[in-house]
Amino acid sequence: MNQQTPDTLSGHILEDEVSLDADELCRACQIRVEHIVAWVDAGILEPSGGTLEDWRFEGTALARARKALSLERDLGINPAGVALALQLLEEIETLRARLRVLGF
Amino acid sequence: MEYKDYYQTLGLSRQAKPEEIKRAYRKLARKYHPDVSKAADAETRFKEIQEAYTVLKNPEKRQAYDHLGADWKTGQDFHAPPNWAQGSTYRSNPPGTGTGGFSDFFETLFGGGYRSGPRQSHHGHGEDIHTKIQIPLEDAYHGATRSLVLQIPKLDSQGIPRVRERHLNVHIPPGVRAGQHIRLTGQGGEGLGGGPRGDLYLEVLFMPHNLYRSEGRDVYLDLPITPWEAALGASVKAPTPGGVVDLKIPKNSGTGTKLRLKGRGIPGHPPGSLYVILRIVLPPADTDKARAIYRTMREELAFNPRAHMGV
Repeated sequence: MNQQTPDTLSGHILEDEVSLDADELCRACQIRVEHIVAWVDAGILEPSGGTLEDWRFEGTALARARKALSLERDLGINPAGVALALQLLEEIETLRARLRVLGF
Repeated sequence: MEYKDYYQTLGLSRQAKPEEIKRAYRKLARKYHPDVSKAADAETRFKEIQEAYTVLKNPEKRQAYDHLGADWKTGQDFHAPPNWAQGSTYRSNPPGTGTGGFSDFFETLFGGGYRSGPRQSHHGHGEDIHTKIQIPLEDAYHGATRSLVLQIPKLDSQGIPRVRERHLNVHIPPGVRAGQHIRLTGQGGEGLGGGPRGDLYLEVLFMPHNLYRSEGRDVYLDLPITPWEAALGASVKAPTPGGVVDLKIPKNSGTGTKLRLKGRGIPGHPPGSLYVILRIVLPPADTDKARAIYRTMREELAFNPRAHMGV
């Protein structure tokens, strides 16, 4: 492989693009749709729309889904445990940000 | 190549039972998982733990590893035995295209690369690559071009996994927020059988900033002010990620008073707000003059901040 000269690439902010449907989220995470359903049941992801076909996920769902996937695989926890872990991690992150500003 | 002591990595004896191995892995994984831990070396430690567990949880891999003998120490120079690869049944993992794999030691012994990401899709679509990019908060205001080095494991012509570095310059669009992804279409793994290339996803993180913190589109700043600025009101200069602004402090402000500067948060539609949180800083009483002023305040101001406590 030759040394490549760096190209300047422009991308799009995924979260600002049109929302994802269940199929697109499946492809981005490379998982089965049943897995997405389990996450929605556990409250990890909150799509708009009533039925699976109508579900639309905000772009931010991708980051959550990827985190959920790695927690499940690496730590062996189920969707309910992942939901709790994500909620606590978000609270910790907010508290850490406040501590940082206070100089701790 | 350096030997790796997988038992030491997981804090186990060489006689550990499978359930002990699993427990040790789970415990360490919870401690060092990069999504959970904020320790600077969490990602490295977690990779090491995963590598050790990948070998020790698998009876064939573990047996082969144990066969190398117990006298090796981590970091010792190591060469694989000549007949190592013959007849082994587990050399089936295709190479992954994540961002950094396991050690050379692992690659040589258990070969074929390790797939940390999800499986290839069956459409011949190239694999999507996910990685993170850390940028200063200011980039979200002004946009920027940042360079990035991707480490892509790939098989060479002899079928040996090698890490290839790919240098990219990426345009950071103004308005991007922490946790969002920049999608670079067609910059992921190569497609199979003429299939389209995968995409590259960059998760955006802000570097820790000594002045600002962000929550979504909103940005927070703690601003020190003097007691007289707080009491009498004033116009002071305040830093913002978009540049210095003149800020009007209302009279009778206190510590914790929150001032909202609409539209001064991260740009967008709508833009976020900048919240300035006031902190009153007392001048030190380290001169006769300063002490005299404090004494005057004590005598002239009937002020008891503990009145509501009934004392």
